[in-house]
Amino acid sequence: MGIGLALISVLGLILFAYVGTAVIGLNALFAIVFPYAAFILFVIGFIYRVVKWGKSPVPYRIPTTAGQHYSSLWFKQNKIDNPSTGLGVVLRMFFEVFAFRSLFRNTKAELLQGRLYIGSSKWLWLGAIAFHYSFLVIFLRHMRFFTPETPWVISLIESFDSFLQVHILGSPLLYITNISILAALLYLLGRRIIDPKIKYISLPSDYFPLFLILGIITTGVLMRYFFKVDVTAIKELTLGLVYLKPVIPKEIGSLFYIHLFLVSILFAYFPFSKLMHMGGVFLSPTRNVANNNRMKRHVNPWEYPVKHRHYEEYEDEFREKMKKAGIPVEKE
Amino acid sequence: MRLPRPEELISDVNLNKMPSRRWMDTLPVEFKPGFYCYGAKGKNLEYVGFPNARDFHVTDEDWKLPEDWKKIVIEGIKQRIERFRTFHVFMDICVRCGACADKCHFFIGTADPKNMPVLRAELLRSVYRKYFTSGGKIFGKNGGARELDLDILKELWYYFYQCTECRRCSLFCPYGIDTAEITIIGRELLNLLGLNTDWISGPVANCYRTGNHLGIEPHTMKSTLEFMCNDIEDITGIRIEPPINKKGAEILFVTPSGDLFADPGIYNCMGYMMLFHELGLDYTWSTFASEGGNFGFFTSLEMAKRLHSKIYEEAKRLKVKWILGGECGHMWRVWHQYHDTWYGPIDFLEEPVSPITGTKFEHAKSTKIVHISEFTADLIRHGVLKFDKRRNDNLIVTFHDSCNVSRGMGMFEEPRYIIRNVCNHFYDMPDETIREQTFCCGSGSGLNAGEIMEQRMRGGFPRANAVRYVHEKFGVNMLANICAIDRAALPPLMQYWVPAVRVSGVTELVANAMIMKGEKEREMNLRMEPLPGKEE
Amino acid sequence: MYDGWKIIVGLIVFIAFVTLPFTWSTGKEYLKVEPKIDTPEIQKLPEAERKCVESKEFMRKEHMKMLIDWRDAVVRDGKTLYVNSQGKSFNMSLQNTCMQCHTNKSKFCDECHNYVGVKPYCWDCHIEPKENIKKEARL
Repeated sequence: MGIGLALISVLGLILFAYVGTAVIGLNALFAIVFPYAAFILFVIGFIYRVVKWGKSPVPYRIPTTAGQHYSSLWFKQNKIDNPSTGLGVVLRMFFEVFAFRSLFRNTKAELLQGRLYIGSSKWLWLGAIAFHYSFLVIFLRHMRFFTPETPWVISLIESFDSFLQVHILGSPLLYITNISILAALLYLLGRRIIDPKIKYISLPSDYFPLFLILGIITTGVLMRYFFKVDVTAIKELTLGLVYLKPVIPKEIGSLFYIHLFLVSILFAYFPFSKLMHMGGVFLSPTRNVANNNRMKRHVNPWEYPVKHRHYEEYEDEFREKMKKAGIPVEKE
Repeated sequence: MRLPRPEELISDVNLNKMPSRRWMDTLPVEFKPGFYCYGAKGKNLEYVGFPNARDFHVTDEDWKLPEDWKKIVIEGIKQRIERFRTFHVFMDICVRCGACADKCHFFIGTADPKNMPVLRAELLRSVYRKYFTSGGKIFGKNGGARELDLDILKELWYYFYQCTECRRCSLFCPYGIDTAEITIIGRELLNLLGLNTDWISGPVANCYRTGNHLGIEPHTMKSTLEFMCNDIEDITGIRIEPPINKKGAEILFVTPSGDLFADPGIYNCMGYMMLFHELGLDYTWSTFASEGGNFGFFTSLEMAKRLHSKIYEEAKRLKVKWILGGECGHMWRVWHQYHDTWYGPIDFLEEPVSPITGTKFEHAKSTKIVHISEFTADLIRHGVLKFDKRRNDNLIVTFHDSCNVSRGMGMFEEPRYIIRNVCNHFYDMPDETIREQTFCCGSGSGLNAGEIMEQRMRGGFPRANAVRYVHEKFGVNMLANICAIDRAALPPLMQYWVPAVRVSGVTELVANAMIMKGEKEREMNLRMEPLPGKEE
Repeated sequence: MYDGWKIIVGLIVFIAFVTLPFTWSTGKEYLKVEPKIDTPEIQKLPEAERKCVESKEFMRKEHMKMLIDWRDAVVRDGKTLYVNSQGKSFNMSLQNTCMQCHTNKSKFCDECHNYVGVKPYCWDCHIEPKENIKKEARL
């Protein structure tokens, strides 16, 4: 539900940026005010959310154990999926964050003629990995606009991303991530539309970031390959932001401002949305603690004493019956 | 209420067809017979001091709630958000990727979309959004937020008592969102209003008074154990005197009371006593700590703590050195992941050491509790026990991993090692249905009541389907497990789906094959059925 | 258990990462690009002929595409003449057309390319022009 609402919202944002820059000419708003505001919201909002989570303690150590546990016996422990040490947890989290290990486990259940079949299903994992890594590479590539001199790492990433040396419609070189992120986004969006289960659980806030990022990628792709923009002028703008000496070069058109505005929206929206899973994945207590409960006591800061029945009360109630049955008692 | 025949039960289940109405617009929830447990009785709630104690009938329009019930729930959510990082993070970060959707046995068996773990959580998450997030406050329904009302409360009740807290969804979630945790907290909230089930609140009250869910009083427990010993004598010719409330014993043995009551649990209980006798173990039963299971865990963590505390107290009173735990699922979840935090530090006991083999159970050095399967596997490894595996030759065995021991602890190899050493025929079910990916019996977390049978048979279907597979492929006829709820819940499940397969605890298999010193030539197994080759 | 210090360390890493552009730029000179078109070859031209193949605006945005089109036309199709929007013909050649006027690769090409972090592969095949002026160190 809500796919239309999300799409309209993003189209509205695009229109807003277009009217704001091409018609009204509030370039300063879109070039300076929104980006700064979005960045500040993003950083402060992100920290606020994480700190808020951090203020809630982890009262119990409840890892989801996904392999043989550690014990003093000879059975081989699965040190990554059921870690018993800090190092194991670091490894588990590493694979969780960088390889989406849990998602890699994904299966698909199907009912056929009254029987259940469960098969491996890695498409979601592949789509998620493709999307997140493409986004990361694109994000890092953009650092060339935000650093006075492009660091060699960024240049290296860029040359990897364009190693195919393919030109589409002339120049410049095609980035692989442009293709992969579009494919991944369309897959992620497509499954929300086609898979009845996913469609049923989807909220407007699930479609919105997809459309928003699609908008960002599309405007970026258009600028790079189709309607060329003056990159030097754009860098003057972006570098101006970084140097806190904002400038608004004249040579920049609305397409760029739409792109920049959608990115600003993404940053500003981030801390208030499900996108915070980026921070939350690190804080999930079913993954980020060691399964060493029987070895090492976990302390709950708010644990309080509870009323429970003591043996004395119990014996008082059943003493006669116990004595009759020959069960030893404390008080004769 | 009669169940449809097995081939009809899930014939209408289509996992790819969702209702036409949005899930937020499907209220009020329809309480379908066979899908919900009866409400709690006032006297049981009152006995343990639960709020709003009164007889509660689920299908009544009026749930007799306190006037400020809404405030109680919202305050309850707030308190738990501040207390549990799990709950706090899980309410915030779900991206609704749907990886969990077809992992839930109840969803697979019913195709009810609100049985998808994501939607089960979303039922509560929507309320959380309305009262605790800016997005929910501003955008309302479009922001995925709902204002709490009686229909929503009823919906929460219906679906949180349709979750067995098995954590299978949590395994597949990219962020480890654990529906069990959400259900636990959801049920805590419901219990603030006295909204419990009869099947859970009854055992809780029993357990508080007598020490065990079944309400077995001390003298009855003793005679029950003695009856079992009579049977053991008939089978082996050996007379066992079970030590009860014996001060100064080395080990306190605690098992779920289900093992004292009905078959096949009682055979497992006989097995424990035979094993300990054969070893000459210095142990004791406790009539008060006569329950390892903890139905309090299915109401609130506080109640779980109130019921479980007696175990360490009894260990202290009886001056034992350490505790040995029997075969049970959620009992081990509670012991492993909660009990030490509640009651520790356990400095009045000693680090467990097997008195027979000398093995130090260092991995239990803080809690001082050892699992019977760990204990037995160690014995077998050291060659302490002698077996005649042929006694189990009529059994073609498979092993059901219990959810709690699997995903809340990670014990997979010990029971398999034991079974392979006492049985000649063992076949595992397909990988996607065992170990960490195991399917629930469909009746965990206090759902093994008779009135919810249809939901149980549907929820147990994925498990039964895997059993049927090995039954057809390898002729499997015995479903072994290490959980008392399994021993209670799997027999009707098998009876329904795969009638040729019976259910057994692992220790029963051990005791059946174990050659005891001074035993007569055995003719019968622990179920008093002729042993293979001894049939008339 | 809060694991507060781990969260704080995590947040510090996060902040350090997202503010990297700002911290990187501190203390570094604010660059301005000024591609030079004051080569002696251009100076020598009469005022009226001091025009590139296309307009300045067009060249700024599209020169990369034009050069690739030229390459394809010459190498693949054997065409050597380019007719511009004014109807004037040019020989499609980087070395013999473009660089005849823009002899100052480092101050004309590299100035912007370095600035925006672009590395064209023109000079993988073409011979880099030997400039009279000493190459200035990159800023």
